Amino acid sequence: MPDLLPIDLLLIAACAWLAIGFAGIFAPRNLRFISKILFPLGAFVAVLAGLTSLTFLGGATETAVLLIGLPDLPFHLRLDNLSAVFVLLLGFASAGISVFAAGYFRQGEGAAPGLMCLQYHVFLASMLLVLLADDAYAFMVAWEGMALSSFFLVTTQHRQAEIRRAGYLYLLIAHVGAIGILLSFGVMTAGSGDYSFAGMRAQALPPFWGSAAFLLALFGFGAKAGLLPVHVWLPEAHPAAPSPVSAMMSGVMLKTAIYGLLRVSFDLVGTSIWWWGVVAMVVGLATAVFGVLYSTVQSDMKRLLAYSSIENIGLLAVALGLTLIFHAYRMEALAALAMTALLYHCLAHAGFKSLLFLCTGSVLHATKERSLGKLGGLIHRMPWVAWLALAGVIASAGLPPLSGFVSEWLLLQAFLFSPGLPHSWLNMIVPVAAAVVALVAALAGFAMVKFYGIVFLGQMREPALKEAHDAGPWERAGLLWLAALTLALGVLPSTVIGFIDAATTQLLGTGLADQVREHGWWMLAPISAERASYQPLVFLVTIVIAGLVGRALVRRLYHGRGRRSAAWDCGYVFQGPRAQDTAEGFSQPIRRIFEPMFRMERHFPTIRDEQPYYSVKVEDHFWHWLYLPLARLTNAVSALVTRLQGGRIAIYLLYSFLTLIVLLLVARP
Amino acid sequence: MSLSAQLINLFAAVILLLAFAMLAQRRVLTLINLFALQGLTLALSTLVVAFTTGQAHLYGSAALTLVLKAVLLPWILHRLVRRLEVKWDVEPLIKVPTTMLVGIVLVIISFNVALPISQLSSTISRGTLGIALASVMLAFLMMITRSKAIPQVVGFLAMENGLFLAATSATYGMPMVVELGIALDVLVGVIILGVFFFQIRDQFDSLDIRHLERLKEK
Amino acid sequence: MSISGLLWQLFAIVLALALAPLLTGWVNQCRAWLQNRSAPPLLLPYYMLHKLFLKDVVLAHGASPIFRFAPFAVFGCMLLACAIIPVLSTDLPFAPAADTIALVGVFGLARIFISLAAMDVGTSFGTLGGRREMLVGFLAEPALLMVIFTLAMIAQSTSVATIVETLAHREFVIYPSLAFAGIAFTFVSFAENARVPVDNPATHLELTMIHEAMILEYSGRHLALIEWAASLKLYAYSCLGLALFFPWGIAQGDSFLGLLVAIPMLVAKLAIGGVLLALIETLNAKVRIFRAPEFLGTAFLFAVLGLLVRLLLESRV
Repeated sequence: MPDLLPIDLLLIAACAWLAIGFAGIFAPRNLRFISKILFPLGAFVAVLAGLTSLTFLGGATETAVLLIGLPDLPFHLRLDNLSAVFVLLLGFASAGISVFAAGYFRQGEGAAPGLMCLQYHVFLASMLLVLLADDAYAFMVAWEGMALSSFFLVTTQHRQAEIRRAGYLYLLIAHVGAIGILLSFGVMTAGSGDYSFAGMRAQALPPFWGSAAFLLALFGFGAKAGLLPVHVWLPEAHPAAPSPVSAMMSGVMLKTAIYGLLRVSFDLVGTSIWWWGVVAMVVGLATAVFGVLYSTVQSDMKRLLAYSSIENIGLLAVALGLTLIFHAYRMEALAALAMTALLYHCLAHAGFKSLLFLCTGSVLHATKERSLGKLGGLIHRMPWVAWLALAGVIASAGLPPLSGFVSEWLLLQAFLFSPGLPHSWLNMIVPVAAAVVALVAALAGFAMVKFYGIVFLGQMREPALKEAHDAGPWERAGLLWLAALTLALGVLPSTVIGFIDAATTQLLGTGLADQVREHGWWMLAPISAERASYQPLVFLVTIVIAGLVGRALVRRLYHGRGRRSAAWDCGYVFQGPRAQDTAEGFSQPIRRIFEPMFRMERHFPTIRDEQPYYSVKVEDHFWHWLYLPLARLTNAVSALVTRLQGGRIAIYLLYSFLTLIVLLLVARP
Repeated sequence: MSLSAQLINLFAAVILLLAFAMLAQRRVLTLINLFALQGLTLALSTLVVAFTTGQAHLYGSAALTLVLKAVLLPWILHRLVRRLEVKWDVEPLIKVPTTMLVGIVLVIISFNVALPISQLSSTISRGTLGIALASVMLAFLMMITRSKAIPQVVGFLAMENGLFLAATSATYGMPMVVELGIALDVLVGVIILGVFFFQIRDQFDSLDIRHLERLKEK
Repeated sequence: MSISGLLWQLFAIVLALALAPLLTGWVNQCRAWLQNRSAPPLLLPYYMLHKLFLKDVVLAHGASPIFRFAPFAVFGCMLLACAIIPVLSTDLPFAPAADTIALVGVFGLARIFISLAAMDVGTSFGTLGGRREMLVGFLAEPALLMVIFTLAMIAQSTSVATIVETLAHREFVIYPSLAFAGIAFTFVSFAENARVPVDNPATHLELTMIHEAMILEYSGRHLALIEWAASLKLYAYSCLGLALFFPWGIAQGDSFLGLLVAIPMLVAKLAIGGVLLALIETLNAKVRIFRAPEFLGTAFLFAVLGLLVRLLLESRV
């Protein structure tokens, strides 16, 4: 057997996913075969892909040429450390999602299982190819494959008009974004006609064109990631898609956009200017604040999580901006710190957001209900899902000792260095950005308590919830895997940084691994132990021991007696489920404090109402300020263009004839 | 950095703090007290500058500030409030947190604008120029966002405090003649404004200066 | 990490456990004096804890395991917080486990658990309390973080021990930004410890309470742990405030003499702090719940302002 390089193994993994997908086509209705054999097999391939890149990390770049594609335009592939970090993310996150999916898809829900299997695995394979592509052509083909396969997955239940609309919006924005990316690649070739990434690296772009390439890439990849103002598809598509697909899109696909941004800004463009970082940071801050505020006021659990994804993407863009600013001033060690925070947050978010989306999937199956107002008390019926979701909630709220906190901690540490920037405005404004990041992190806690408290705690808001059942073994396994990842990312930061540091070193020339390794695996001290340190394991163990010792002592010294009774509630008599906060009620303070941020339609009951009711509907300002005017403009322009179409063949021939004459006149050699 | 420079910085920071506190304050009486406190801090700061640099005229300035801004003007304002019976809460035109956010932006702007100027100066207190500018801006903001007449006057006086601080920090104060002139102006200004208040109240039964909009020619 | 260091660490934890209820009792006593009431016994919180531990737990029918788990988690979080904050000496073996940012995280974790527990039984007051607690939290947390940012920039470190060493044991420097940070910190600690302008620890008036609304359903040992944790939180915040703004007296190493001096210093500082706390509480009225965000927003902005002043005045020091 010849030596197989990691890149070959990854190619085999991509082919294996495609093969699994096509195997599903042959038995489209055989649910047992598809869910119990093909999806676990896909998960197995995913774990292998993840392990492959784990062993590769820190290794030398590998390239390959695939002789498919157009004549003279083969696919160039390349595996370097940046790709490897994202392949790692893809492999480990999708392994959990695939295992979950094995227990999730069932007959009679939208498209045939075989078709789903095909789309799902094509989606996986194309994401892998996006990460491996080394020329614009291969990249765009894989990117489009990813967009199309995920579009079909989103519109699985295409018989509902609402879902078709969501899918259409998604496809539209994905393509507007793709145009941006394509143009960015075009700018970076600088007219040389060489569309391979190696060719782009060789070009030294003048600042103007470099900026153009960066801004186009920010727009194009931002559309995929959900940055303001091209975020509108996200809260529509995620609730529409089946939960494993939402998990895959939010946890993994959004990160391919971040990968693209990193690839362009640190690898392909070759220069960097400080204001790029400011642009990224401002857009990121706006996105993060917007996302978190809207996520607190949602009444649909998947929509809440979708907005929370927007918030996290915003934080990633802030980290990117900070990295760019430091990088532009050649403060590479600090840039490495910010970039580590960025990569770490990618991994952490892939873990906890997939976990939470999958939990909503289990809840959805058990209750057929997505609206927060009709859930509640599920911890009694679904203890597995509830306890695993708690891990996701704590991580998502950015609290120790789980994964979300580590990246937040690193990001804040990076911010603490920003007064050292050699620019008088920047070194005063950038620290203030840290204040906004802190606010966003704290608001994320609010949103997560709302999510968890209303779905899993309290009394059941509908009688039908009593019939809810816990997740099946496959689903549990998938959730457990992701929860374990979240925990591992939370308590072993130094080990993880040891792995992802290869990518930082490749892009910036310096990394954190040496300082981090100095202090051992249990302690994270990215700069020095005096400056800042964090030992999540000690942290966790202390809290657990304090709790356990406390419990044991109380029982030993006193007793452990207890009994059940009705709730006290200040002696209030009516204690039905409707006395609890609704989803709208819980977020009322946020709506009140941040009133100008929302577009609200409210109905207040009056004394004369026969059937008094209160309702509130929160809408996106951007929809009304940006998209609807654009749509109206498009309609008006198309109405003008319609006039050209008289319907008479003679007129059409006249158009062609006139065009021909104009061309003959203009295009003279 | 010497102790006196540190003290000057501390007093400047307290002046800024008080400027913000005034911006956030809803009660008229507390507002006046805060203003008096700001005057006192300003006098102390001037005293430290005078002591450190040995500039004799600054002692005079400090004494003048103390008498005028920490005692006399607050006393006049207190009397005015009592006579006019306007002890109720001030209603700002814009919400207080919004005003404070704008204030933060103003502080960032003035700090950065003042930075190159203060680098030209060689005084011991040059670092506080940014704060002085910020105090002026914040007082201005207070005048814009308040709808009642007395807070506006307090804003006007606080603005003068900021200017005084700027003069001290950039060039060790203005010549004594100018300072005396300004002090007299401010005093007379407040007395005249006090008379105006009675006129306004008699005319409109209120000190809400939004009523003045009605005075324009149709 | 030395054996004596470990012993002193354990001593600090035990001291926290023992002193925390006393501090609560002291504040209550001062409040009563200032308000012309006859004061409850100083040791009342201890009797209270003892009584509650003796009682049986009465759980609501709808209480889930989270409800029973939360008091222990909250208690553990507060104990960890007390272990990290240097009260006697800066030489703490546990200090590297969490810097100030992680400390904010510990408080956040405790808050999430207690809010979830409040929502667990599904009563109207419980959810109300949980919601309000999160409302206070999302404003207090960033304000606290910004206070810490200011201090971290002065000390060039986020570790509490290093900050204390910088402020207490190096050349004396006046930091004007600390005035802002100190005010912001005071605001935040009033809000976080359910004190008067934001919450009133002495009433069960349904429409205004926050903390008490959350723990209405607790009884017996669970309530005792929560009350103890609340005392620990007050103690932790007081010690953090003392460590950050009045660090004098905290010993640098683990020299016996230094520590011997540190204990009476700590008690004296806490006693004075308690009097001030009671004084401020007496002088202020509780604000409407929707003025509370304004109060905390002011704290947040003051903290940011402190950061800016730090950057303007002290960056060239």
